[in-house]
Amino acid sequence: MKETRLIMGMPVTVEIVDPSATTSTLESVFNYFVEIDERFSTYKPASEISRLNQGEVFLEHTHPDMQTIFGLAEQTRQDTEGYFNIWQGDHFDPSGIVKGWAIYQAAEQLAAQGVKDFYIDAGSDIEARGLSATGEPWRVGIRHPFSSGEIVKVLSVSNRGVATSGTYERGQHIYNPHQPNQPLTQIVSLTVIGPNIYEADRYATAAFAMGQRGIAFIDQLPGFEGYMIDRDGLATYTTGFEQFTVQV
Amino acid sequence: MKLKQAVLAIAVVGAFAIYAFRQHFGQAESLPTDTTVPIISSVPTSTPADIPSAVVVPSPTPRGRYKDGTYTGSPADAFYGTVQVKAVIAGGKITDIQFLQYPNDRGHSVEINTYATPILRSEAIQAQNARVNVVSGATQTSQAFVQSLSAALQQAS
Repeated sequence: MKETRLIMGMPVTVEIVDPSATTSTLESVFNYFVEIDERFSTYKPASEISRLNQGEVFLEHTHPDMQTIFGLAEQTRQDTEGYFNIWQGDHFDPSGIVKGWAIYQAAEQLAAQGVKDFYIDAGSDIEARGLSATGEPWRVGIRHPFSSGEIVKVLSVSNRGVATSGTYERGQHIYNPHQPNQPLTQIVSLTVIGPNIYEADRYATAAFAMGQRGIAFIDQLPGFEGYMIDRDGLATYTTGFEQFTVQV
Repeated sequence: MKLKQAVLAIAVVGAFAIYAFRQHFGQAESLPTDTTVPIISSVPTSTPADIPSAVVVPSPTPRGRYKDGTYTGSPADAFYGTVQVKAVIAGGKITDIQFLQYPNDRGHSVEINTYATPILRSEAIQAQNARVNVVSGATQTSQAFVQSLSAALQQAS
């Protein structure tokens, strides 16, 4: 069972292999993403994050999820040498951490319902649990940065998160907070495999902002692997990355 | 095992040196078509000629032995940052290598281990024809950026 919907301005795809899953199982996942969007969208004036930024509500009076996100964002800032920062000038934009966290929460909710074999893909960031319909680990492609519709690598993952940060689409949506005016043109994409999508996503975002040394940062994190592609089409990958690759 | 560490360290520094060289002199090259640099697939075990200039060790004798002492290498501008090592030679062999600086830059002396020392490998990306369940990439919206970059790369190659 597989379905895609457009939520939070991006395609969200859920595939569940478990025969016990029903359409309402899928529905619950999509409903959760809609709920997250209502709370955290900086594009919606009535969202809680917008009201927080407008000074209409204090952080201590917000939904527990909002306070959780602020705590996680601060933790991530410390974990990534300050490269991850939700302060955008005079307002907060936690969207860089909300997506991975929301995917992970949705996956945990499915797992709590006894669902074992599934993936959730929100904007090409993926949490893959259990096995695919063929009984093998999920096959995750890494998108070709210069050739739309093609992939450059096939990963085999189970119970992992896979996130990619890049500049080849949506322009320069990540910048180095230590040098905000310096464009990150050397590296075009950084894919991170982590213990879950929350961890993979936050470290992919931060390591991408580090530029060329981002892949070395990922390499020294136990439990994480990475694949970095530069503008010349040269990829650099971490020590244990190959254990997740499939030869095709 | 210290010798193993030393060999590993030399391999790492060597790879960085090769990569830095490529980065510096290889800008006008077309897209790489093979996977020869800077892969560390075989670790040198005893050949002094393989030791890059970034590691300042005394000139080896033809038998591959070094003069005893402690030697600090000059900082090498590697792809990922600065690498600088100190090598300790005893009995003609490398008995210890300490990283004074390495790309992760966490302090002045770093214990060498498999987590702390990046062993990064590289390859030219290649489009693959394979069925996958799902694709990871940066979120799709701006095709223009991709096209512009691809065009620029064609001119540059």
